[in-house]
Amino acid sequence: MMKQSLKWSALALALALPMAAQAHKLWLVPSATNVSGADPWVTVDAAVSNDLFYPDHMPVPLDRVVITTPDGQTAKPEHGLTGQYRTVFDVHLTEQGTYRIAAVNGGLFASYELDGQKKRWRGEAADLSRQIPAGAKNLDVSESLNRVETFVTNGKPNGVALKPSGQGLELVPVTQVTDLATGEAATFQLLLDGKPAAGLKVTAIAGETRYRNAPEEMDATTDKDGKFSLNWPHAGMYWINASAQDDRTSVKQARQRRLSYSATLEVLPQ
Amino acid sequence: MRRLSLTLPAMLLAAPAIAADLNVTVQIPQLDVAEYHRPYTAVWVEREDHSVAAQLAVWYAQKESKEGAGTKWLPELRQWWRRGGRELQMPVDGVSGATRPAGDQKLSFHEGKAPLGELPAGKYELVVEAAREVGGREVVRVPFTWPAAAPQQLAAQGSSELGAVKLDLTP
Repeated sequence: MMKQSLKWSALALALALPMAAQAHKLWLVPSATNVSGADPWVTVDAAVSNDLFYPDHMPVPLDRVVITTPDGQTAKPEHGLTGQYRTVFDVHLTEQGTYRIAAVNGGLFASYELDGQKKRWRGEAADLSRQIPAGAKNLDVSESLNRVETFVTNGKPNGVALKPSGQGLELVPVTQVTDLATGEAATFQLLLDGKPAAGLKVTAIAGETRYRNAPEEMDATTDKDGKFSLNWPHAGMYWINASAQDDRTSVKQARQRRLSYSATLEVLPQ
Repeated sequence: MRRLSLTLPAMLLAAPAIAADLNVTVQIPQLDVAEYHRPYTAVWVEREDHSVAAQLAVWYAQKESKEGAGTKWLPELRQWWRRGGRELQMPVDGVSGATRPAGDQKLSFHEGKAPLGELPAGKYELVVEAAREVGGREVVRVPFTWPAAAPQQLAAQGSSELGAVKLDLTP
């Protein structure tokens, strides 16, 4: 268990690095994005892998999962199970509207030398000064905030669960996020700490990467309002990702803050 | 009696000059498959911007179940669902009904009467979507201009889950 959590920490750091676009991808894939009926459920896979969406590396810890209901409350994942390669959980959609299913991850990473040995530490801002020994040399602290999301709508969509928190990189849909179709451009807005994030590169990759030879990435860049548009070449589940870095850290020891946003979006045929 | 004799001709005169009709025939093909379920089918009229001008029909499994009868699978009619099906509270009087068997399914709609209602003059598309359990899905569109100047017979052909979709307009 200890080993797994260390591995997760290292991964969380790696995911926050700008070069991570080529590296492991963290994703949530719901069994459906539009549901109906008297008692709808979806099941969700949560994993980290290179190929989309094949769990072959490590699961997302269940305690990172945050489900926001259409009225803005928090719901618990049900029937959660963490396997070797993926975490699986169910979402019981008891309300009408759009649910946001997220895995949020972040904190501080520190590396330092103590008595000639390299050490690493991961934790919350409040613990930094207490947990780094006084004799630590070459202390390097960085901060990260990563958000991975997917969305499911029961009946008619609504926007309450999609309200940005104002922290880190977040996606605001202009096009309904569970209403994407081939042949129709979809527009979204990226916010950084609640303000439009201009000039950020956004990458979209369709799933089933195993069955084609090229990743076939699509790129878009956010405009001055943080908006970007994507044209989906075919139906399927797409993983979109953007990352940023700045110096708006929550502790003075951290020089840099690394942020990333990813979402799994379903595109249906016409 | 006197009152009636006055009212009746008055009513006839007051009837709108355009009592246009819109008649639809949806052919549900006979399929030779091991497991056949009647398709979920939706019929609606779209404006040029793809918004829904009228919901004309939706046929789905009516049997009761814990999961909410056939309503669980209504989003399988993907275009219909996103274009407005999800806005409806099932069942809808005069619109929703049980799934229908293979053959020509005839529907008649009259301007000014539900579910067609008043359709402002303009360009529209009649859209028919069918989705079948353990089968496929197909959308057939028939563009038309409303109201028709003369009786008009329009049609489009489906290729898998739908056969011919005919649209007869009467001015």
